[in-house]
Order: sequence, then structure tokens, then C-alpha cells
Amino acid sequence: MSEVRFSNDTLTLVSKLIGRYPEGRQKSALLPLLHIAQSEFEGWLSVPTMDYVASLLKIQPIEVYEVASFYSMFNLKPVGRCLLEVCQTGPCWLRGSDDIVIHLEKKLGIKVGETTADGMFTLKTVECLGSCDTAPMLQCGAAYYENLTTESVDALLVKLNADGERSSYMK
Amino acid sequence: MGKQFLLGNIKVPGIHTYDVYRKHGGYNAAEKALKTQTRDQVIEEVKFSGLRGRGGAGFPSGMKWSFLDQKSDKPRYLVCNADESEPGTFKDRFLMEKLPHLLIEGMIISSYALGAKTSYIYIRGEYMYVLRILEKAILEAYAAGFLGKNILGTDFSLDLYVHPGAGAYICGEETALLESLEGKRGLPRLKPPFPAIAGLYACPTVVNNVETIASVPCIVNISADLYNDIGIGKSTGTKLISASGHINKPGVYEIELGLPVEEFIYSDEYCGGIWKGRSLKAVVAGGSSVPILPANLILKTAKGEPRLMTYESLSDGGFVSGSMLGSGGFIVMDETTCIVRNLWTFARFYHHESCGQCSPCREGTGWMEKVLHRIEHGHGHMSDVDLLVDIAKKIEGNTICPLGDAAAWPVASAIRHFREEFEYHVKYPEKVKDPKHFEKEPFVSEKLERAVH
Repeated sequence: MSEVRFSNDTLTLVSKLIGRYPEGRQKSALLPLLHIAQSEFEGWLSVPTMDYVASLLKIQPIEVYEVASFYSMFNLKPVGRCLLEVCQTGPCWLRGSDDIVIHLEKKLGIKVGETTADGMFTLKTVECLGSCDTAPMLQCGAAYYENLTTESVDALLVKLNADGERSSYMK
Repeated sequence: MGKQFLLGNIKVPGIHTYDVYRKHGGYNAAEKALKTQTRDQVIEEVKFSGLRGRGGAGFPSGMKWSFLDQKSDKPRYLVCNADESEPGTFKDRFLMEKLPHLLIEGMIISSYALGAKTSYIYIRGEYMYVLRILEKAILEAYAAGFLGKNILGTDFSLDLYVHPGAGAYICGEETALLESLEGKRGLPRLKPPFPAIAGLYACPTVVNNVETIASVPCIVNISADLYNDIGIGKSTGTKLISASGHINKPGVYEIELGLPVEEFIYSDEYCGGIWKGRSLKAVVAGGSSVPILPANLILKTAKGEPRLMTYESLSDGGFVSGSMLGSGGFIVMDETTCIVRNLWTFARFYHHESCGQCSPCREGTGWMEKVLHRIEHGHGHMSDVDLLVDIAKKIEGNTICPLGDAAAWPVASAIRHFREEFEYHVKYPEKVKDPKHFEKEPFVSEKLERAVH
């Protein structure tokens, strides 16, 4: 594994972010920094990545581990290039989110929580994403895909496959 | 159409940009407050307006502001709670996405009133694209001189930042939010001290919901008197309602508080009635945490009066026959809905979101989910129904923060109003094997059937 280090541009952004919080409160920048780190290092937070973030904020590695493991948007294991997060809470269920999950499982040949053999897709179910009026919906990267039907899901998979880009909340 | 204090200009093209927002009267309220009103005057206006917290608790906002420790020599903070995660609620996302400058203007006036020089908007991480919209709008506001040093030539200066969460419902609880903003796990704090005394970095802090803060410019613009002309009793002004579920027109609606629930559900101006020509079975009126009500009790109170969209009317009858306005997350269920399955999704949600700090919530939410899962899948026992009531009772009131209550109330209310449906799942396991068991043949209460025949 190559050395974990942000680009100079990212490091400039990092010091700008730290500057948003009072002197001595640089730990406040932890969540924003972890989002950046996850986005820059293949969609997940390895121990070396978390240690690097700890060093940037001058805090102990454990302070990063305990936070990273608390929040559901941080992946502590590698994920596919596209992380598909299907909302499954009540309002989405009322509008057919179960059908979307079943369709995706069939189409991708994997179960929820698994990654396709080619490493392209990871399928995950998540709790309410605040898009209940356009249910059923899923999130991939920063984008919300709403009012899903089995047809629109198929089209989305084709599009994501063609783009081949890694999904990121930061893009 | 009722008064539109927040969304009046929503259809104006480009209203998310500074120029268009300003051309349509945007930032006039900030100008008025900073140039012609003292800080105390603004606080008094908000108090007289009767504005209540729009995040769910409904606490009078002016009173919350007046608790802020003004004697402390520490910095004071205003933090906007944009961690909207209550299932069925999406009005804050809508508001921030469409009218980012309305929130920014509200933050400027509110920060001025509270004496905050640095303010944060804590937005849930999943709303990252909305964060980008807000950051762009903030840059515009800096460029126009509404943020930064000596705003409009006054001695008031303000820096405003957006801070992303990372997926945790609990961070909507204000002290968990502050912990999270400090770069820690979102574990709610023991209170007292309340944030007004020791909040962010142990400094005096006010945490307000997006919609609450976005209501402030309007109050300053039209005056508290005109604001509280709208509404009924202690429910003044307008409220954003997130309407979802089995209705013809899901979406965000601004209503005058006091609108009859029946009109909200059936009028084409709002939900447009139940989809597919079906009939109404139940409503969760204020986000997943509030008690569910069957059709008859959501349309009329137990006394037979029309139920209104107000804090008071929706809670009329207490938890025996009433519910709560909560966050305004209005989830509608038609006759084919399995109440048990819907409740199981809620229970799974609270189990997933419990921070794990208090054992009644950590253990109880998981236990309720497990029991509901087995009832829903035809493996339940008759005693499970009372077991659920018992677990819910033991969680309620026994935790540091209200997540425990929020997990208990939906369970207790669903069994209170739909017990027969739970028992049906236990009695006829083969009939609930198909996950869509009530879709073709809606559940009919046996008692009701006997009464008809």
C-alpha cells in the first residue's frame, strides 16, 4: 500500500476547515476530514488512513476509531466502486422499497451487504434518508435517485456501469 | 391557499441565488433588525410571535433564546440543527435546497439577537449536495456584505459555517449534535447543564431547527403581531408539513396552523386524497416517533370534534386517543397497509439508531425489533403482544434522551389501536407468509365484521 497522504490542494482545504473552529478545538474538523479521507482513499477508512487523520488533527488514533465506527456513512471495510444505499424505513416501504431491494439483489446476483464479484457494486439498505415524498429512493455518492421503478433502477445500473466512476459523497 | 410565510417565493426562478432572493425582498429583515432594532427587541418580537420549535418538541423559541446565559464572558454560539432524520420528515431539506438564503438570513438575525459571532449549521451527512448549495449561498452572502466583519456598517460581525454529520439520527438530539460538532461520538449529554448555559465547547449555546430559524426573517418583516394573527391559540404562524405514504400528492406543504386534518388529506391543494381510490387506514402525523392514529381518530378527536393541524388539537386526548404535531412528518397509510410490518420498520430504525448509552434503549429497541420481526413473519406467540407493551413501558422515561420514548410510543400506540391485527398475525401464521399479505385482501377487524353481520 502506498503512503497515505493528502495532495497539497487537499491539505490546504484541510487547514481551511480546521480554521473554522476555535483555537484548540481542531478535533471539531474530524467528521469533515473523515469524509474527505474516505472519498480520496477508495471509499473506505483503513487504519493507516484513520491514523493519518489523527496526525493531522493532533489527536490520538483511538479518538478517530471510536468516531469512525459510530457513524453509518463511514465504511471500515472496502466497498464496491458504487455503493448503492436503498432507503427501507416506513415511508419508503409504504411505496415499495422492498421490491427495489429484491430487484437489485436479483439483478446484481448478491444479497444486501455484499459486493459484486467484479467489485463494481455494493448493495446496502439504510434508514430514512429524508426523501419520503419521492419514495422509493436510493443514494449513490452524493446523488439521490428518486421515485424508483424496476425500470429506472435498470437504467441507473447501466449508467453507473458506463461511467465506471467511484461513488463519493464529496462529488 | 393559506398564508405562505416561508414558501411564498418558492416558484420564483433562481430564488436560490442571492440576486433573485434580494430582488424579492430577501435580506430586508436582516437590514431592518441590524439597523433599527436592538438585540432585546428582536428577542421580544420572537417571543411575542409565539413561534415554537419546529424540529419536533414545539418549545417556545423566544423563551429558549431568553435562557441563554448573557452574563458569561465566554463566546456565545448559535447552532442550526439541520440533522433532519426523523422518518417521514424532509421539509428542512426542501427548504435549504430551494431557499438557502432564507436560512442564512434567519441565522444572521438570530445570531445578532443572541450575540453570537460564530454560528454553525450542522447538516446530516447524507444531505451533502444540500451542503454544497448552502456553502455557495454563504459565499454569496459574504460577497454581498451580509456575513463577515461589520455587517452593513454596524458593529455586528458574524462568521457562518456548514458542518456535515455522518449518518446518525441521534445527532438530531441537541446535546448529541453538540458532541458530534466537537468531533466526538453523538452521545446525548446529561442535563443540566442545558446548552443555554454550557453547550458547544462548554459555552452558552442555542440550538434551533432549520424551519424555526427560517421563520425569524418573516417575523421581523411583518411584525410579531401579524405573525401570531395566523393560527389558533398557542399554535401560531405557519408550519411546513412533509406529506408521504399512500397519498396522491406527496410533498412539502406550508399550512396555516389550524387547518383541519381532513382538508389537509383530501384537498387537492395538499395531499389530494388517498392513492388508487383506496380508503384511509391510519396516519402517523408528526414523524415516526409520535403515536399512530387510526382513520377515525386522526379525522376527529374522541370528543367528535374535527381534528386540526395544531400542537393542541393533534395531542387532544393524550396518548389514549391523540398524538402529536411533532416535526410535521405526516405519513399516510391506506387500507392495505400491514400495521405490524410498518411498525417493524420503525422498530428496526430505532434499534439501528440507538446510541447504546442507556441500557433500556440499547437492549429494549433491539428486543422490540426481534419480537416484531417474529410476529410479522408468523412466528409470534400471543404473549408477545403484551411483552411488547411491557418493554415499551420500561424504556419510556428511563433514558438520558428522548430516543427511548420515541422508540416506545409507536409500539405502544400501534398495539393500543390495532391489537387485533397483531393477534391475527399470531393466530393465522399461514395468512401472513406473503410479505404483501394485506395488499390483495385488506385486514378487516373480526369484531367489526361481527358487528356488521
